[in-house]
Amino acid sequence: MPLSTARSNVRVVTLKIDGRDLSAREDETLLEVCREHRIPVPSLCYLEGLSVWAGCRLCMVELVNQNRLVASCATRAAEGMEVQTDSERLRRYRRTLIELLFAERNHVCAVCVSNGHCELQTLAQRLGIDHIRFAYRQAHEVLDSSHELFRLDHNRCILCTRCVRVCDEIEGAHVWDVMGRGSQCRIISDLAIPWGQSETCTNCGKCVQVCPTGALIKQGTSAGEMVKDRHFLPILARRRAR
Amino acid sequence: MSRTITIEPVTRIEGHARISIALDDQGQVAEARLHLTQFRGFEKFCEGRPYREMPALTARTCGICPVSHIIASNKACDHLLSVRIPPAAERLRRVLNLAQLVQSHALSFFHLSSPDLLLGWDSDPKERNLFGVLRQNPGLARDGIRLRAIGQSIIETLGGKRIHPAWVVPGGVAEPLTADKRDAILRLIPEALEIAKRTYAFYKTLLPRFQDEAERFGNFPSLFLSLVSPNGTLEHYDGLLRIKDAQGRILEDQVPPEDYARLIGEAVEPFSYLKSPYYKPLGYPQGIYRVGPLARLNNIQSCGTPYADVALAEFHLLQEEGPISSSFHYHYARLVEIIYGLEMIERLLKDPVVLDQRVRARARSNRYEGIGVAEAPRGVLIHHYRIDDDGLITWVNLIIATGHNNLAMNQAIRQVAAAYVEGGRLSEGMLNRVEAVIRCFDPCLSCASHAAGQMPLAIELWDTRGRLLERLVR
Ligand code: SF4
Ligand code: SF4
Ligand code: FES
Ligand SMILES: [Fe+2]
Repeated sequence: MPLSTARSNVRVVTLKIDGRDLSAREDETLLEVCREHRIPVPSLCYLEGLSVWAGCRLCMVELVNQNRLVASCATRAAEGMEVQTDSERLRRYRRTLIELLFAERNHVCAVCVSNGHCELQTLAQRLGIDHIRFAYRQAHEVLDSSHELFRLDHNRCILCTRCVRVCDEIEGAHVWDVMGRGSQCRIISDLAIPWGQSETCTNCGKCVQVCPTGALIKQGTSAGEMVKDRHFLPILARRRAR
Repeated sequence: MSRTITIEPVTRIEGHARISIALDDQGQVAEARLHLTQFRGFEKFCEGRPYREMPALTARTCGICPVSHIIASNKACDHLLSVRIPPAAERLRRVLNLAQLVQSHALSFFHLSSPDLLLGWDSDPKERNLFGVLRQNPGLARDGIRLRAIGQSIIETLGGKRIHPAWVVPGGVAEPLTADKRDAILRLIPEALEIAKRTYAFYKTLLPRFQDEAERFGNFPSLFLSLVSPNGTLEHYDGLLRIKDAQGRILEDQVPPEDYARLIGEAVEPFSYLKSPYYKPLGYPQGIYRVGPLARLNNIQSCGTPYADVALAEFHLLQEEGPISSSFHYHYARLVEIIYGLEMIERLLKDPVVLDQRVRARARSNRYEGIGVAEAPRGVLIHHYRIDDDGLITWVNLIIATGHNNLAMNQAIRQVAAAYVEGGRLSEGMLNRVEAVIRCFDPCLSCASHAAGQMPLAIELWDTRGRLLERLVR
């Protein structure tokens, strides 16, 4: 369930983020509060309008005096909270997380259809990542091009599950799911059959639009041509909430 | 003999063009070989990828002629789509291809070869570069820099700074040309053409000095392979394959590029990662042929543009009869082609069709096999793909110009080496001459041949028992 369904008669709390005194509704998450106040916090699996997954851990922030890191997308604002969104430690962790994402699958930005329009790439640039300190796994990943309109390239998937959630929660088709653990973890369509043979897929393309990388893409696109449009999502989500 | 030559990791020198020369029992040069290391496993690397990625992928195999790969690869993709691309797109691709030709030939002539031609092969290496030329003949050096910049600027005007990924796409080009951009390019042409004609005239005055080189720099009979237009004129983008023999007889003509495999066999030899293509009906290695500017001009009667045709007539006079056999005249041919390229760009752009808004045919793959052939500056470039039902690559074959010329380059090096190996030793002047003969072909060794100044070279002399006698490195 979405953590942040708007309810009436919720309390307002006050908290400190990066030294600023702010107020928020108690049902808001820290990430939402930060977004509202234009405090930059990186995120990948979070997407407004979808439930919270808290899998990528990029949105980690520090809770002062607790020496603890929490995922801001999955932590509610609370009275008296003191939050730090940027520190040497956070930057180091975030950088490492992104590098591990790159090392896990095969990302060749130069030829990728999402080159220049990719959330992973943008984050990497913003964090100043110019090389990967870990050995690439160089795992052989397949590409499912069986669908008439779309394509899934496991080489570029970061397992954020946005596709799973949008298909289930917004479209209501639940084509996508997650199979396997650890390095065997994969996104699958229906019961692990080629996407083109899926009987549940409605060809709506929502998963393609929400996918942050070049993993889910339109057929017929060449390098750098895949630009995603997710305007539909908050609009649909708001209409449903009513 | 080939037993004596092995590529061991220790003998390979990073970034060096490695040449081995094998002597026979009399201490005479028996064989010479240029060892090229091509990015191995590239074909494997592409398997399982969508065919639409191929233009960008193959463009990255080479930092020097990405445009040529982009053109040939997209043509192979057009073939997979089974479409004929819109007329405007075809012309725009032609312009791009010719701009690359001008740019690349200018680099080869002015930046890489003119120091040798002007200052001599034995001049001080510290002077034997574009700066040396700048001191001796500032006008020429400046012309070279300018001409190359113009070629580059046409490419950027069309494709954007990042020519790599975007503009040429399967089915055409991504964006139509604006009138502003067309006019900007057209404004550059008169100056460029002036430079090209001036350089050509100047080169003709230099030529009498190079009698010796013309005789010894890869001067041998061979076949010539190139594309020609349906009426037998110069062609770089589309067209049909033609093969002439050393006497000028046309052995093959109007062969659709898709049938290349009927003409060309590819020998794989243990000493090189680069395959050695040969003309199949004559077998290996008798079917040795040359590609590139020399072959293209040898294969045609006319260029189809006024100034280039005058120059072509003069080119054909370099030899009493038959196709020009000396590889030294690649230089000459390049200058003729620069003139042609500029004249043709102007003609193409003056046709209002280039401004058409329809520039991209949309389709999905409609066949399992696609072949794209174009003339890169250095010669015929072949891209050949097979895909499965889902449009994923199952098999790739690339034949690059430097590969076509592989056998010819070895022969040329042997010829030069024979003149400079004395008493079983490498003599002075050898490195420079070998370098110069390789430069005639302008091979795309990426790092090696295009390094500014001297080419990093390693020459090894081997005897029949496979003993390394001598090695010169620089
Ligand atoms: S998905 Fe993003 S990060 Fe990965 S290769 Fe494509 S552009 Fe690069
Ligand atoms: S396919 Fe895209 S949206 Fe789905 S899990 Fe992978 S990266 Fe996320
Ligand atoms: S955005 Fe919070 S864990 Fe991914
Ligand atoms: Fe190249």
